[in-house]
Amino acid sequence: MSNSNFTRRGLLKTSSLAGAGLAMPTIFTASSVAAYTNEPDGSGVTLGFNVPQTGPYAEEGKDELRAQELAVEHLNGEGDGGMLNTFSSKALQGGGILGNKVSFVTGDTQTKSDAARASAKSMIEKDGAIMINGGSSSGVAVAVQGLCQDAGVIFMAGLTHSNDTTGKDKKANGFRHFFNAYMSGAALAPVLKNAYGSDRRAYHLTADYTWGWTQQESMQAATESMGWETANNVLTPLATTDFSSYIAPVLNSGADVLVLNHYGGNMVNSLTSAIQFGLRDKQVNGKQFEIVVPLYSELMAAGAGENIKGVLGSMNWNWQLPDEGTKAFVKSFGEKYGRPPSNSAQTCYAQTLLYADAAMRAGSFNPCAIVEALEGFEFDGLGNGPTLYRAADHQCFKDVLVVKGAENPTNEYDTLEIVEVTPRAQVEYAPDHPMFAGGELGKCNPGA
Amino acid sequence: MFGLGKHDLKILIIVAILALLAPFILNPFPADSAMAQFNAGYPDLMQRFAIYGIFAIGFNILFGLTGYLSFGHAAFLGVGSYAAVWMFKLLSMNVLPAILLSVIVAGLFALLIGFISLRRSGIYFSILTLAFAQMSFNLAYSVLTPLTNGETGLQVYNDDPQILMGPNSSTVTNLFGLEMRSTYTLHIGSWNFDFAVGYYLCALIMLAMFYLSIRIFRSPFGMMLRAVKSNQTRMNYTGLNARPYTLAAFVISGMYAGLAGGLLASMDPLAGAERMQWTASGEVVLMTILGGAGTLIGPVLGSGFIKYFENIFSKINENVLHEWFSFLPQGLENIMVWMVSPFVGSGWHLTLGMLFMLIVIFLPGGLVQGGQKIMHLFRRDRPEDDKPGAARQSTPAE
Repeated sequence: MSNSNFTRRGLLKTSSLAGAGLAMPTIFTASSVAAYTNEPDGSGVTLGFNVPQTGPYAEEGKDELRAQELAVEHLNGEGDGGMLNTFSSKALQGGGILGNKVSFVTGDTQTKSDAARASAKSMIEKDGAIMINGGSSSGVAVAVQGLCQDAGVIFMAGLTHSNDTTGKDKKANGFRHFFNAYMSGAALAPVLKNAYGSDRRAYHLTADYTWGWTQQESMQAATESMGWETANNVLTPLATTDFSSYIAPVLNSGADVLVLNHYGGNMVNSLTSAIQFGLRDKQVNGKQFEIVVPLYSELMAAGAGENIKGVLGSMNWNWQLPDEGTKAFVKSFGEKYGRPPSNSAQTCYAQTLLYADAAMRAGSFNPCAIVEALEGFEFDGLGNGPTLYRAADHQCFKDVLVVKGAENPTNEYDTLEIVEVTPRAQVEYAPDHPMFAGGELGKCNPGA
Repeated sequence: MFGLGKHDLKILIIVAILALLAPFILNPFPADSAMAQFNAGYPDLMQRFAIYGIFAIGFNILFGLTGYLSFGHAAFLGVGSYAAVWMFKLLSMNVLPAILLSVIVAGLFALLIGFISLRRSGIYFSILTLAFAQMSFNLAYSVLTPLTNGETGLQVYNDDPQILMGPNSSTVTNLFGLEMRSTYTLHIGSWNFDFAVGYYLCALIMLAMFYLSIRIFRSPFGMMLRAVKSNQTRMNYTGLNARPYTLAAFVISGMYAGLAGGLLASMDPLAGAERMQWTASGEVVLMTILGGAGTLIGPVLGSGFIKYFENIFSKINENVLHEWFSFLPQGLENIMVWMVSPFVGSGWHLTLGMLFMLIVIFLPGGLVQGGQKIMHLFRRDRPEDDKPGAARQSTPAE
């Protein structure tokens, strides 16, 4: 029961206490002696690897983590050096970064923006991480990129395919090595034209969130520019597991190609459903019905199994590429873990090396110096051939792979085969392309 | 003082001491020792302790007092966050209007959902709230993208209107110029203690909210709510209409959740749709039950417990384990790492789940009951004259 009897004395006591409490935070003000956030003191430098370890993309995240551990070994001069030997920049010699031994901390993004930001923050605030690397979702990438911009550390994105990451949500402290939805469309369209002709009607099923939309928009623009028509675009909620009600209308729409703008488990389910409905055995408008999956990953290919045979899609990198960098990386990854790396693993590995290299070339860990060293940086030898980190939007430009489900897989990792390596020039676009418009890079922020 | 009884005042003072000295209490290990892994005294986590403490205190007003189990409380947290970020986008980075609006919006939203959901009780009420929360999540995730920025989450951009911003205004969240992220680090020997402005704002609001909840628990209104829990039918027969009371409790706890959401956004100006997902709603239920539903301090303890696991245990990876066991011979070291690793790192859910089971089985009253048992051991001779902190009920929660 309450006993509220106000007295003058009580009121004074209470208000003075409250006043003291309110005034207290003003005693503390920021004390900044460091030139930038988490400046290393020469004894070592800590990288933060923020990947999904639980949730739908956990397997991808764990593969990223393996690659990042390998990268740290190579930076410290352990192991066989991997891509350090093939990298065109020779600043890294396996003696850590700028004389600092490299160590790392890990965090679990849970594929949720909130959790990802919390774990990135704890790595920055508690463990003194100088950069954040990795992740497996565009939503998470954009969220963590914003955080790193505010906190004054470098962010390198991992697997993120949405146009927005280096489009309307681009940030000066963030870089993306992965390709994007626009590039998928630009790479796939000519191959689709050769394979299926220029007189086709496409039906899109699209995951109903930002990545799905940008993917669909890019595919529609690319296929329409070569003469295809778009019959319909149906948005499917992200949580959908049974796609049969979405597949049935495809047959009556007069379309002869189905484009599945889905990723992960969504794509596995929608593709399986489409195969079960016998879509690929149908003849429409006198042509064989075809299915296209714009974005592939090894994990999805393994999940969809038999169903992806002959289905075309695009990829950032594949372990079967013949160049020297890829060979060296696949070899040292395979020796350590007994399996070939996934394309998100390669992305995270390459990004770790690129960060270290930028720090070496800049002679400093200061985020602004690193941004300057990475902007407009051209290199070779990390897979995918000659590569550019464009200064205008911090997007990486390199060759894109068009792949299809292997017809006769020889082992469990041989799920996808390379159809074409699309040259970089064909997937380039202007920084102010309408699909990437809005937003600005801003200025690099060193924090502190 | 403060119009509280002796016992409640004691609890309030304990909570106040814990909250104000948290930077010391949560950083017991020197920064360069191996045990530093278990330090939790960095600003972000301390802020989360305070904010989720507020969330759980609010949830407890509904669940602990009336027994109505809402499975959709995260919706209010999410709505609060969105409201706050919109204030940052439209007005300025001052947190005060953001927090005020988040409370108001969450309150209105709770009034709407509560008005409909409270037509049923028991499991039907839980399902209704769950349905509303999932609906809000889906709306935020895709349908209302212009308002919520969908999957990516709502952020503040440089080209937002921010009509109250002058040329010299701070571009990070602040309270009249006092930046939330500014931190003073005190070095004593090899210990580092962080005092962050953001944390102290959260802690002071948490204390105020804790005080408010004590007053509600002890008020005639709180007594009515308990009556709803113990026997609503009998209450109806005596001619009392329970609905206004339950609705008021629902709105109050929704406003608490909105406040927590607004504070989350104030510490870190981003609002993501996952904040509304059913897992987030489930989490606050776990926090409350883990700490002790219906007790005053329980929810605060429970939220701290879960957030500690989420942020500290999830970061122990195999490398860290190898360091810990490096004093053992190679073979034994690998065996130890192999045995422990499923329970840390990505396996933190497993550890938390087992602890939750142990607590629910052996301490149905939550951590508070555990504390009482320990206290009881030390003063067995004293008669049971002083009542425990809050009226714990023998009837299990609905």
